Amino acid sequence: MTPVLPAERAGLVESAATVRGRSLWVDARRRLMRNKAAVASMIVLGSVTLLAVFAPLFSPYDFDAIDFSLVQCAPAWWPDDSVLCRADGAHWFGMDAVGRDLFVRTLYGARVSLAVGLVATCVSLLIGIAYGATAGYLGGSVDNLMMRFVDILYSLPFIFFVIILMVIFDRNFILLFVAIGAVEWLTMARIVRGQTLSVKEQEFIEAARAAGVGPWGIISRHVIPNVVGPVIVYVTLTIPAVILAESFLSFLGLGIREPMTSWGVLIAEGANSLQTSPWTLIFPATFMAVTLFCFNFIGDGLRDALDPKDR
Amino acid sequence: MLISYAFRRILGAIPTLLIIITLAFFMMRIAPGGPFDGERRLPAEVEANVLAAYDLDKPVHEQYFIYLGRLLKGDLGPSFRARDFTVTEMIAAGLPVSIRLGLSAITIALLLGTTLGVFAALRQNRPSDFSVMAIAMVGITIPTFVTAPLLTLLFGVYGVNIFGLEFSLPVGGWNNGALPNMILPVTVLALPQVAIISRLVRGSMVEVLRSNYVRTARAKGLSSLRVVTRHALRAALLPLVSYLGPAIAGLATGSLIVEQIFGLPGIGRYFVQGALNRDYTLVLGVVIFYASFVILLNLIADILYRVLDPRVRYDR
Repeated sequence: MTPVLPAERAGLVESAATVRGRSLWVDARRRLMRNKAAVASMIVLGSVTLLAVFAPLFSPYDFDAIDFSLVQCAPAWWPDDSVLCRADGAHWFGMDAVGRDLFVRTLYGARVSLAVGLVATCVSLLIGIAYGATAGYLGGSVDNLMMRFVDILYSLPFIFFVIILMVIFDRNFILLFVAIGAVEWLTMARIVRGQTLSVKEQEFIEAARAAGVGPWGIISRHVIPNVVGPVIVYVTLTIPAVILAESFLSFLGLGIREPMTSWGVLIAEGANSLQTSPWTLIFPATFMAVTLFCFNFIGDGLRDALDPKDR
Repeated sequence: MLISYAFRRILGAIPTLLIIITLAFFMMRIAPGGPFDGERRLPAEVEANVLAAYDLDKPVHEQYFIYLGRLLKGDLGPSFRARDFTVTEMIAAGLPVSIRLGLSAITIALLLGTTLGVFAALRQNRPSDFSVMAIAMVGITIPTFVTAPLLTLLFGVYGVNIFGLEFSLPVGGWNNGALPNMILPVTVLALPQVAIISRLVRGSMVEVLRSNYVRTARAKGLSSLRVVTRHALRAALLPLVSYLGPAIAGLATGSLIVEQIFGLPGIGRYFVQGALNRDYTLVLGVVIFYASFVILLNLIADILYRVLDPRVRYDR
């Protein structure tokens, strides 16, 4: 190693200050943007979200307005000629079994499904991060005990318990969020704990400690930013899992109540009348399948982008 | 070592099971209203008699211990709705149907999933690999309650036309397990498992094919078929053993939907109907049954894994 002269050192420091290093996040974003499937998924998902949020603007019909003259009518463009009747105007997806516009109902279903996905994932995120970070940071026997508890919870058939809860509390909507979120936090806690364990032993944490940074400073400035990557990836995979769980419950008749709707309810209704009006099944099912696909592709893309080992 | 490991695992499963039973029992008891609250209130003496007959007049913790005591004898109590049946009888009636569905589905999933996975691994990063994995992705993302009605629509309502032969499948009913009635439910149940298993097998197979002993086997001049079936496949199938537990749990959840949609008289449908009718003892019984089944299979899978892979250590 050649000794660095003081003048040279000053120059190095200066150039280091002017050349801005590419941070992990800039790098990750660049990699993500190169992933065509992930970018396409983000665009599709963004459109679905916009459609859902501004649903009333896209259709002249109300989601609970019943038109008795158009019960189970096919959309005007439906290729099969054996349908009973056709709905005209802006009934692009046709009508459901009691004469409501299916397009607007699919969008309102998207609202509920996406909202449940986001809120329940946030619940699981909060519980998981708090639990996992505590276990990982404290370590030792506390960690052992907390994780043993998670192991036991893992082996419970949770969907059954959620079903019981929904029956007992009579399909309470808030409880639906909490119950699903409370089911999904286990893996989150494991990921955060594992990540915390490995991060807190690394040199830069030691360096921060040596520089006199307190424990909370270390957690917030150094531990959490390094835990965020895997957590974000897992969040994008939790949201579709939650949407699925809600649809599963709604499909069984234990989820959201009429006249509000979700994709699960719409698919269940569609499945009941698929012989006479297959569009009532096909449209909500397609919307849900596409959304689930998008989340999976984004999750995969984020994992590739954020995991530097896999480059 | 193995026996002591198995013994420790069995001991460990007991508290888990107890937690499940306790949780399920008390969740039922905090439910507002009793199972016999009708539109019309019963006369006080009659109500007292009914409650006494079901031990509902005793304090909750006493009921809990009575329930546990009966459970040890395999008695899950009477059904609250189907008055003449006990829960044990109802589960025993539904069990053959559910087992037959589940076994067929898991057999097909294992055979098809392994084949697809090995096929994709041998053609890694070629178009056939990508297409198999794309199909697997579809199988994983699209839930049972979407595939079931869609397949019904396709094969049951529209009918299919293969080689000029038009036929359609029955879309519901059990018919004593006749083959045509089994095809759609088993397909729907097996589909996600095929997808997961093929991904698992592909992943482990790709890794194994890179390992030294496979290279040695090739260097010895063995045919590639022999290398794959005799050397690589054995090691590549190991992760499947530990997937057995989750697979069974997945089948159990899937059967809730499949039995409901196709109107099959299995346990899953009892659970859904019991939940909708608030038949609490039935729901409780089915949950306990399913949970112990899943725990048992997880246990077997873990022990089997250690028998098959001597590198896994027994301690911890």
